[in-house]
This record gives sequence, C-alpha cells and structure tokens, in this order.
Amino acid sequence: MAIFRPYSESEALRSDRSAGDRQRHRQKVREAIRGNIADIVAEESIIGQSRDKIIKVPIRGIKEYRFVYGDNSPGAGTGTGDSEPGQVIGKADQEGEGAGAAGNQPGVDYYETDVTLEELIEIMFEDLELPAMERKRLREVMSERLSKRKGFRKVGVRVHLDKRRTAIARLRRRMATRGGVKAEQAVEAPEGETQEPRFPFHRDDMTYKRLSRDIRPQSNAVVMCIMDTSGSMDTLKKYLARSFFFLLYQFVRTKYANVEVVFIAHHTAAREVSEEEFFHKGESGGTLISSGYNKALEIIQERYHPSLWNIYAFHCSDGDNWASDNAAAVKAARELCSVANLFGYGEIKPLNAGHYESSMLDIFDEVDEPNFHSLVIERKEDIWPGFKAFLTQEQAAAEVG
Amino acid sequence: MASTNWTIKDLEHWDARIRAKAEEFGLSCFAQEFEVCDHNQMMGYMSYSGMPAHYPHWSYGKAYEKLKTLYDHGVSGLPYEMVINSNPSLAYLMEGNSLCLQLLTIAHVYGHNDFFANNFTFRETRPELTLSNFKLRAERVRDYIEDPSIGQERVEEVLDAAHALSLNCRRHHAIRKLSREEQVERALASELPPHDPYGGIHKAAERREVDLNKVPLEPEEDILLFIRDHNPYLGDWAKDLLTIVHDEAQYFIPQIETKIMNEGWASFWHHRIMNSLELPPDLHMEFLVHHNQVVRPHPGSINPYYLGFKLWHDILRRYDEPTADEIEKYGPPDKSGMEKIFEVREVDRDVSFLRRFLTEEMMREMDMIQYERDQGDMVITRVSDSENWRVVKETLLRSVGMGSLPVLRIEDADYGHNRVLFVRHMHDGRDLHIEYAEKTLAYLHQLWGREVILHTQLQGNEVLLSYSAEGFARKRVR
Repeated sequence: MAIFRPYSESEALRSDRSAGDRQRHRQKVREAIRGNIADIVAEESIIGQSRDKIIKVPIRGIKEYRFVYGDNSPGAGTGTGDSEPGQVIGKADQEGEGAGAAGNQPGVDYYETDVTLEELIEIMFEDLELPAMERKRLREVMSERLSKRKGFRKVGVRVHLDKRRTAIARLRRRMATRGGVKAEQAVEAPEGETQEPRFPFHRDDMTYKRLSRDIRPQSNAVVMCIMDTSGSMDTLKKYLARSFFFLLYQFVRTKYANVEVVFIAHHTAAREVSEEEFFHKGESGGTLISSGYNKALEIIQERYHPSLWNIYAFHCSDGDNWASDNAAAVKAARELCSVANLFGYGEIKPLNAGHYESSMLDIFDEVDEPNFHSLVIERKEDIWPGFKAFLTQEQAAAEVG
Repeated sequence: MASTNWTIKDLEHWDARIRAKAEEFGLSCFAQEFEVCDHNQMMGYMSYSGMPAHYPHWSYGKAYEKLKTLYDHGVSGLPYEMVINSNPSLAYLMEGNSLCLQLLTIAHVYGHNDFFANNFTFRETRPELTLSNFKLRAERVRDYIEDPSIGQERVEEVLDAAHALSLNCRRHHAIRKLSREEQVERALASELPPHDPYGGIHKAAERREVDLNKVPLEPEEDILLFIRDHNPYLGDWAKDLLTIVHDEAQYFIPQIETKIMNEGWASFWHHRIMNSLELPPDLHMEFLVHHNQVVRPHPGSINPYYLGFKLWHDILRRYDEPTADEIEKYGPPDKSGMEKIFEVREVDRDVSFLRRFLTEEMMREMDMIQYERDQGDMVITRVSDSENWRVVKETLLRSVGMGSLPVLRIEDADYGHNRVLFVRHMHDGRDLHIEYAEKTLAYLHQLWGREVILHTQLQGNEVLLSYSAEGFARKRVR
C-alpha cells in the first residue's frame, strides 16, 4: 500500500527552497549583462529613450560548460514517415534541448531579461569611475531642494497630507466620542441591518507634512556635445557620435545631481542648437574645428563658469578639417582642457570609408594635457570600449601625472 | 481547481487496484510514496532532480527560472510525474491534474519503480540511502559555505568546475577498476617478451622497460577523483566537494544510460495496467488521449517514451507471435514474450537494448533518419533503407546515454616532468565543440593548478589544446 502525502498549501508557501539559488543566478545574469554591454550599447534601441523604458536585453545565459561534441557529429531521430535524404528538418541553431538524442548538444542558451533603461545604465556604470571627480568638491554650487521634512501642521496642500496620521487622529476622536454619536445618524441598511454610524473625517483630523526649503551645496555638471555637422558627416557617422554622447550624458548624470547638456554644431561656423537639430540637421560645406571649440569656450564663459561647474566636453568629427585651421584648433583644444574636467576628441571613421580621408588624430597629439583623450570609432562595437577607454586611460594618465 | 475531481481517498482506492495489477503482471517494486504538490513545488523538485534535499548552487536556480519561463509562456507544460530512484521510491503528483492523469501517472510510476529496482545498472546506487546521502551532501556543502574561512565564492568556484567535469568518469562499472598493485603487476607482466614458439630462429624481442613511476600507470577516466587524489594543493573541503559531485554523477549515470528503456518500460506498463482496469468509458477515453500525447514521435529527434514503448511491444510480439521470416532469421523463440522482456529489463542498458532489438523493420516503421548540420540547417543525410539503416543505427547507438559525451583519459600527470596534466580525447570521428572545450579546459586547469593539455582531433588533424596561466592555446601536432 503506497503512502500518499496530500498537498498542503502552507507547506507549499513555506518551501520556496530555490529562492537562494535563483537569487544567486540573477546576480550572475546581472554580471553577464555587464559583460555584454558592448553589444547592448551597439543596439540602436536604447539611445534616446526615456529612462523608464523597459528594454528586453537578450543575454547569453550563464552557460554550463562540459566536453561535448561539436558540429560534425551527426544525430539520429525519427522522421514523419516520408523522409528523404536532403530534406531540411530544422534550423541548426534551434538544436539543443530536444533535438539530438540525449539533449547533450550545447544549446544556444538565450535569455531575454527585462530591465529598465535606468537599471541598465546603473549596471553599465557600476564599475566605472569618472576621472577628475576629486575636483568636483571644489566646484560645488548651492542648489535648492524642497524636500526637508520638518514636522507636521494642520493646514497644507493635499499632496502633503499625511494619511496615516490623519487616520489615527480620526480614530482617536472616535474613541473619545464613543456613545456620543446621535442615534439619528445611524443609517438604516437595505436589508434592515443597522450599519455602523458613519464617522466622517473632520478638518481637525487632517495632518499635513511640513516641508521646508532646503538649500545645500550640490555638484553640478555640464556636458558639452560638440559635433561636426559638415557635409562629410553622414547619417552613420552621426549615429555613432550620438551613441557616444548618449553614454557620456547618462554617465555624467549618474555622478552629479544637476546635469545640463549643451549642443554645439559646427561646420565652418558654430552655433548652439537644440538636441533635435543637433542630431538631425545636416549642413554642407567645409569644416573649421576651432569654431566649435571657441563656441564652447564662449558658452562656458557666459553660463558655466569653471569654478562652479564640472565640465565634460566631447567632440565628434570625421577628422576632415581645413588644414589652415589646425593650429587654431590645437590652441582652442588646449584652452578647453584648461577649463574642463575632461575633454575628448572622437574621430568617427566607419570602416568602409576610404583611407584617403584626413585625420586630426596626429595633429591633436600635440595637445598633451592629461585630461585630454582622443579615440577612433569605426563601428558600433567600438563605442563602449572607446567610452571606457576615454574614462580609464585618462584616469591612468592622471595617476601618472 | 476545476479539474481536480478526486480526493486522496480516491487515489488510495485506485492505487491499491493499480498496485495489485502491477504485481499480478509480475512487476516487483520497492515500496512507493506519493507526494501531492502544486506546480511551483513541482518546478522546485524538477530543478533539483526530484531530491527533497540538495546542496545549493546557482545552476539549480537557473534551471528553475528556465522551467518557470517556459511554463509561464506556455511553451511547455510540466510532466505529469517525477520519480526518483530510491527505496522507498518517491514520486510527485501534480495537485491540479485530473483523476485520469493521476491514475496514468501512478501506473507509470510503478513501471519506473520496477525498473529502478531490477535493472542491473542501478545495482550499485544504494537506493535505500539515496535521500539521506543527498541530505548529508547538502549539509556538508552548506557547512563549507557558512565556514568563514571558505565561503560561498570559493565553494561555488570549485562546484562550477566540478560540475563541468562530473560526467567525465568511468562508464562501465561491470569492468572492475584495478588497484595500483594490480596495475603494477600487469605492467611488469607486459615487460616480458611475448611468447614466441619460433624463438630459435627469430631475434629475441627487446625487453621493454615500463616506467613504474608514471602516474597514472594506466589511463584514468575518473577525472574528478584523480584530481582529488593527486593535486596536493587542494584543501580538504575542495577535495570533499569533488567527491560529492562525483558521487552525485554516479547516481545519475544509470538513469542517463537507460532513459529509453526506462521511459518505454513505464509507458508499456501504464498502458497495460490502465487497459486492464476496466475504466469507465469517459476516463478511458481521456486516458487514451493523454497516452498518445506521451508516446508520440517527435519528428527530428528521439522521444524515449515513443521509441521504448514501440520496442518493448515489438520484443513481446517477436517472442509470442514471430513471423515466418523471423523464425527463419532468428530461429524459433526459446521463451515467452513476457519472460523475455522481464529478462531484458534486467540485463540491458540503452545501447545494448537498441543494438539487440532495434530491427531494420522497426527502424523503417518509425522512419528513423540521420541528420547533419549543413550551414544553418539540419538536413537529413540518410534514411533507414536497406543500404543505410545500419549507418543510421550506429549513429543512434553512439548518441544514446553516455555515448553522447566524449571519452577523456588522463594519461600523464607529470608530462614533461613538469606536473602538466596530459589528457587524451578518445576521438571516434566526432570533433569536440571547441568553445565548450576551451571553457571546460579552463575549469580543469583551475582544479589541477598547473597546465593541462588535451590531445584531440579537429577536422582530421591531430591537435593539442592546452590551458595554462597564459590562457588557452591550440597547436597542431607535427
């Protein structure tokens, strides 16, 4: 006679024994996301999205490796009854679990994980430190935050209502007035049962939080996005530049409370533009890089004084500058370095672009400031490593210097 | 739940009838226990191979998440049953299943129970100790995790590596492992010149020196145990973890080796028992629907329930009602079909079972095929016609049970007198998956602590894959 142990709900609720292992696995997934960030950044979808957006991140599962056979080992199976040699029975990629007699073929172990962009950014930047952060302390500025709680009061606006205290106040009043409720206030219920008499909130119950203006020093930062919008900057180049700016902006945002962004578009002349214009409008004509830098210096002078603001400037161009401007560009770059925490130059050179194109990299070699860093972006996949290099190499330079 | 039209009393009532039938048919089972659980618990049991107590590791969390994702998205349902090889046998029933499914499951479970209790591959699994062994191992692992001088990270590192190598072990327990002394004896015996009746006219064979200091003296397949015994730098706790993972693999290997027989056997018996119960017509109809779901072919792969079910029936038929052709080919049967299948369930494992009983006719009936990868597609390369059925059969035999995993042998633990571990892959025409080989070698290197070299073949060339402190390398053998 077999023993039957019936289902017990309490047992079921109590026995979530896999919880610890699941949590540990999720930690590993998080690490895997971090390892795959270069791929994720290369995906178009995350750029220009709101931070609440939920992103489906396809990550490779945490694989469990063994010695297994590879592609050249044939499998055996049952057919549909009319199999002929040469028939295609499926995609090789879907093989794995199921196909293959014992399911020991390595399956492509893909997971899709939902993360918000906010979370993703947090994971991305978890182990990145912004170089030149120590200067931040010198550059604090007072900013106002309306958040300091300072007791309670009886009048206020609805959003500040403290529901818990209000409810408690009503209960207290009700206890105090028990029996004092007039009989006619009792409402006759439809089925004839007497309901509890209503005991409405009174103005005296209302308790509001008192908030005071709180002024405290805050560190502010500005990200200056400078981009060459001359005719040679095509859509792909702009896309690469945009991705880089996106990362820089998001990253600086994780480090400072107040972050502003300035967009400067330049060809032969520079102007400050809206984000929309910055990324979508193309212009024609030649390039004077110095114009962009001078515009940035001008804006810094006017609105973002270096003693109050942490300045992160980055310039993207395809390196196609008028030769006569090179000296001026180097001079302006030096000046920018002297006011900015970090200044970078990214040369966007898609792989299919010809070798004949000129480059500013050699010219900017002259700028030997420790907080200057230049890099080349050839493909989407270069963006994340380039970005990391932008931060870490500078850091290494700062340590040496 | 709406479909739950039964009580424990009903189950007990039907179970008594099922068990009586099973015994009447000749099954000899361990005592049986059933636990009714909900789908979350079922997923929990499945991720821990059915064990009520099991040591923690993230991979079980992963297994759970995967099951849950598939289940939540309706990609796959849950199995009706889960049985573990223990004495008393322990099985889980899903709370939400209908009465019919529960009866089918109970009958199926008795099939497994009988198989576990009688098949020779399970003889050394000590089923009466299964649960307590798993529990004790779990406690040991937890102790190491909680030990502040060891901790989760280090335990996990060793477990990750050990899991990767756990199935690289001796497969045939019928072949006794020789002790060191016996190996020495055998090595010395091989030094003597072979007997030569014409010694007078031949030049005397040269005496071959055998290096008795070589470790291992004979190639060794139990990789985890070898590392445990020969890496002096491993802590006792790490050695114990290797033992734990090795022991657990030993428990599961018989199940891997008999999947087709075992599922086929259980299906054969649930079918027979349910048909003999004189079920009310509606229950019987429902049973047939479920039964056909379970034992239908999965085109392009092997459904062990289907293949096993077909073969057991075919053996029964061949011994009870052989055709004239069969009598001519194999001679008249020497025993009844029932006697035969009970004998086979005791003495075979999947490879020998298929080799002996998967006939050309059956292969043709089931339309068995061989497929290979051709760029992005899986393409049928051979079908079971008179020319090719043997090839298809060989392919199948190589891919069932442990045959689907490469055999590795440690040949020298002091290669180049440098404590380098030299391992040979016994190449049989199938190349290793190179990415997996690289990552697994890294684990082997981690456990061994010194360079490891793997001799294998890739696309017809002999190559040495190695993993050292400098990382992975691969070079051709000249």
